[in-house]
Amino acid sequence: MIGVVADLVSWALILGGSVFAIIGGVGMVRLPDVYARMHGASLTDTLGAGLIVAGLAVQAGFTLVTVKLILIMIFLIITSPTSTYALANAAFTRGLKPILGKSEDESSKTS
Amino acid sequence: MFAAATLALLVTMALALTRALLGPTIYDRVLAVNAFGTKTVLLIAVLGFLAGRPDFLDISLVYALINFIGTIAVLKFLKFGDLGTHGEEPEGES
Repeated sequence: MIGVVADLVSWALILGGSVFAIIGGVGMVRLPDVYARMHGASLTDTLGAGLIVAGLAVQAGFTLVTVKLILIMIFLIITSPTSTYALANAAFTRGLKPILGKSEDESSKTS
Repeated sequence: MFAAATLALLVTMALALTRALLGPTIYDRVLAVNAFGTKTVLLIAVLGFLAGRPDFLDISLVYALINFIGTIAVLKFLKFGDLGTHGEEPEGES
């Protein structure tokens, strides 16, 4: 009974993480701007990775594997906003302006 | 179920690779490569569970660190034009 419930919970978590990962990938391709594409990429880093790692941890149970999964998640939580911030900072320092307001004619070209 | 997660991660990696290939600026490519590396970490972890060998998680852990260091190094090179400078902002650009 417990095993079946754990399987169901981990399958739901892994499937949800996969759906969020695909949504973030589509956003990374279709969004109009670097700063908008960072939004899609960070969606895959937080929700996609978090849900998939949580599903794997439920599948593994209370073992050393779960400790390693938690370590991976801690590293991802620390490094993903840091690299996104560094990317935005570098892009803005080099003079790349974000698209503000209505610029549909420009944004549809690059998608 | 692990196979479905593997497929989803591969699709996401293909989308990130698409953005890396046709990204107009260099920052699009860096962003896509960073996302690709994060998805590689997850893919190695899921593949370890799929193969029944969770020891792959060590490789995945190491790959997460290498990916972060690589991204930060490339971004520092892009921002300052040199890997040896200190953290001051470049002058004349806002």
